[in-house]
Amino acid sequence: MIAERLAEFLSFSDPILLSVTLGVVLLSSTSAIVGTFTFLRKQALVGDAVAHSVLPGICLAFIIGESKNPIYLIIGAFITGWLSINLIHKITKTTRLKEDTAIALVLSVFFGVGIVLLTYIQHSGIPGHSGLDHILFGQAAAITRSDVHVFGMVSILLITSVLLFYKELKTTAFDSDFARSAGMKVSFADLMLTTLTVLAVVTGIQAVGVVLVAAMLITPPAAARYWTHDLPLMIILSAIFGAVSGFMGTLASYVLPNMPTGPWIIVTITGIAFFSFIFAPGKGVLFRLYHQFKVRRRMLTENVLKDMYMAGEKRGNHNNAFTLPEIAAHRRMHKEKLQSGLNKLYLDRFLKKDENGWHFTISGLNKARRLVKIHRLWETYLTRYVGIAPDHVHDDAEAIEHYITPELEKKLTDELDRPEKDPHESEIPYD
Amino acid sequence: MIIHVDQPVVEVHDLTVTYERRPVLWDIDFTLPGGILAGIIGPNGAGKTTLIKAAMDLVVPGSGFVRLFGKSLKEVRSKVSYVPQRRTVDWDFPASVYDVILMGTYPSLGLFRYPRKAEKELALDALRKVELEDFKNRQISQLSGGQQQRVFLARALTQNADLFFMDEPFAGVDAATEKTIIKVLQELTSHGKTVVVVHHDLQSVAKYFDWTIMIHSRLIASGPTSQVFTPELVEKTYGGKLDLLTEVAHLLQTEKLPPRED
Ligand SMILES: Nc1ncnc2c1ncn2[C@@H]1O[C@H](COP(=O)(O)OP(=O)(O)OP(=O)(O)O)[C@@H](O)[C@H]1O
Ligand SMILES: [Mg+2]
Repeated sequence: MIAERLAEFLSFSDPILLSVTLGVVLLSSTSAIVGTFTFLRKQALVGDAVAHSVLPGICLAFIIGESKNPIYLIIGAFITGWLSINLIHKITKTTRLKEDTAIALVLSVFFGVGIVLLTYIQHSGIPGHSGLDHILFGQAAAITRSDVHVFGMVSILLITSVLLFYKELKTTAFDSDFARSAGMKVSFADLMLTTLTVLAVVTGIQAVGVVLVAAMLITPPAAARYWTHDLPLMIILSAIFGAVSGFMGTLASYVLPNMPTGPWIIVTITGIAFFSFIFAPGKGVLFRLYHQFKVRRRMLTENVLKDMYMAGEKRGNHNNAFTLPEIAAHRRMHKEKLQSGLNKLYLDRFLKKDENGWHFTISGLNKARRLVKIHRLWETYLTRYVGIAPDHVHDDAEAIEHYITPELEKKLTDELDRPEKDPHESEIPYD
Repeated sequence: MIIHVDQPVVEVHDLTVTYERRPVLWDIDFTLPGGILAGIIGPNGAGKTTLIKAAMDLVVPGSGFVRLFGKSLKEVRSKVSYVPQRRTVDWDFPASVYDVILMGTYPSLGLFRYPRKAEKELALDALRKVELEDFKNRQISQLSGGQQQRVFLARALTQNADLFFMDEPFAGVDAATEKTIIKVLQELTSHGKTVVVVHHDLQSVAKYFDWTIMIHSRLIASGPTSQVFTPELVEKTYGGKLDLLTEVAHLLQTEKLPPRED
C-alpha cells in the first residue's frame, strides 16, 4: 500500500500533485535563501514574530475582500508583517526595552488580535471561510496551480533581490557600522531584508502555517553553516536543504495516511540540522570528538615512546626489553592507559613484545629519539629565549612538542646552534 | 590647552553627544591639520569611540557638528574611512580574510556592481601591506586578535581614503603586529593622508603621534604631542578630578533634566 503510493508519487502523473510538490519545494528553498541573511543578522526571533504577526493581516484581508484569493491574503499578511518588524525596531530604538522584550510584545499582541479575528470569521458565516484556519498549520495539499504561479513569481522576486543586493546584505550583516560609515545603502538593505523576510514568511505560510514558518527560514541556514565557511556556498546549501525538506514533506503527506505536509517539512529540516550538528566535518560534534580522541592518543603514544627512551638512557642501552615498571617510572599514568598506549604502538609496529617485556623496533627507536630531541630542544629554546626558569619548562614543553613539524624542528636546531645539552644537562640525541 | 589650526582637515565644533539624556561628550571643540598621525587618548568610558562615531555620523550629536576637509561628511564620504573596534563584529561570520578585505571596495562600486580585477588587485595589495598573504583564504573565525586587527586595517586601505578614523587598532596585538600596523599608518601619513587613532597605551604616545587629543567627557587638550603630552595634562585626563562631571552626568540621567536649556 505504502509502496504503491510511493511509486505513484514519484511518477508525478497527477498534475495536481506535481504543482503542489513544485510549489512547496519552491517555497521552502526560497525562504531558506532569504533566511540565510535573517540568520546571519541574528534576527531569527524577528522572523518568528513576523510569522505570527501576519495572521491579523490575512484575516482582515479576508474580511474586507471576502475571498481567499492568495493575492489579497498575501497583501494583507504583508502589511501587518511588515508593520510588526518596524514596530519591533522602533520600540528597541526609542524605549529602554531590549529587542527580545519588544519581539515578545509585538508577537503576542499581533497574534492575539489575529486569533480573535479568526474566531470572528469562523462564526460570521462569511462564505468560503472554511479552511482559513489552515493558516495556523498550513495546508500544502490545498495549493493550486494558480498558487504555484504566485509562488514562482515571489520566488523569482526574492532570488533576484538577493542577487542584486548581495553586496549590501552581506556587508550589513557582517559589519553594519562599517557599511553605514562608508555610505553603503544600509537602511535600504535593512528595508530590503525586512521586506524579503516578510514576503518569504507570507508565502511560506501556505505550506507550513504561521506557527512553524520561522523554522523554514532559520533552520536551513543554521544547518548549512555547519558544512561551510563560505557565504555563497552556505546560501546554496541552505536552498538545497530547504528544497529537500519541502520535497520530503509533500512525499510524507502523500504516502502516509493522514499526515500533514507542514510539520513533516519541519521534521525533515530539523533532522537535517541535527545530522549536521553531529556529523558535519570540522564543526560537527562527532568530528570534534574524534579529533580530540586522536590528539589525545597521539600524545599518549608519544609520551610512552619518550619515557621508554629515557628509561633506556638511564640504564645505558635501548635494545633490551623494557618492563612495565621501568616504563612507568617516568610519569604518573594509569596502568590501563599505559597499556593501551603500548598496544597502539605495538599495532603500529613501533614496539615488539616478548616474555621479557617490550622492545623498540628500528622505526620505533628512531621516532622515540626524535621525540626526545624535540622535547629537549624545545625546553632549551624556552629557557634561552622565552626566559622561563629551567624547573618550569617541562610542562610547557610537553604540550607543544607534539605539534612541532620537521621544518620547525630544523629551524629550532639552527636557531639554537645545535646545542649538546638541554637545561637539565641531559644530552640531546641527534641522529 | 587647545591648539587650533587654519584650514583644518578635521574640525569638531562644540560637539555634545548624549545617550539616553546622559551627556557623554561635552562641548568638544578642536581642529586637526592634514598629513598627521593623531592619537585620541582618555580613560575607559571617556567617549573616545563616541567621538569618532560622531565624526562618522554613526551617532547623532545633541549639538555641534563635525566638518571634514571643510565639508560635511556626506560630501566627502568616499575620502574618509572608518575602522571600528574589532570586538564590535561577530568573527564567526562565514567569510575569508580576502572576502572581508574586498568589502572595502564595495562602497565605491555602488549598487549592482561587483569587484573586478582592479578591485581585486587593490585587495591583494592591502593584504600584502599588512603581511597577511599567507592568510588570504583563512576563515576569519580562525584568526588571532592581531590578525583580525590587520584584516580591518587592510579593508580600510582598499577604500583609498585620505582620512582615517581607527578605533583602537593596537588593542590586543603583539609587538610585531604593532610594528606592522604603525608602519602602515606612517606610510599613509607620509603620503599626506591623515590618520586619527584611538589609543590606550600611554608609553607609546610620544613615539607614535604627531598630535594628541586628550578627552575625558570633555576636551582636556589638543595639540602637537610635544606640547600637550605633559604629566599635568595626562594626570588631568586620567586623574579623579573629573569625577564631578561624571556625577553631574549621572544626575542628569536620573533626574531627567535636559543637558542644556534650549
Ligand atoms: N549605545 C550606548 N547607549 C548608552 N550609553 C552608551 C552607549 N555607548 C556608549 N555609552 C556610554 O557612553 C560613554 C562613553 O562610551 P565610549 O564607548 O565612547 O567610551 P570609550 O572612551 O570609547 O571607552 P573605551 O576605552 O572603554 O573603549 C560610556 O560611559 C558608555 O557607557
Ligand atoms: Mg571605545
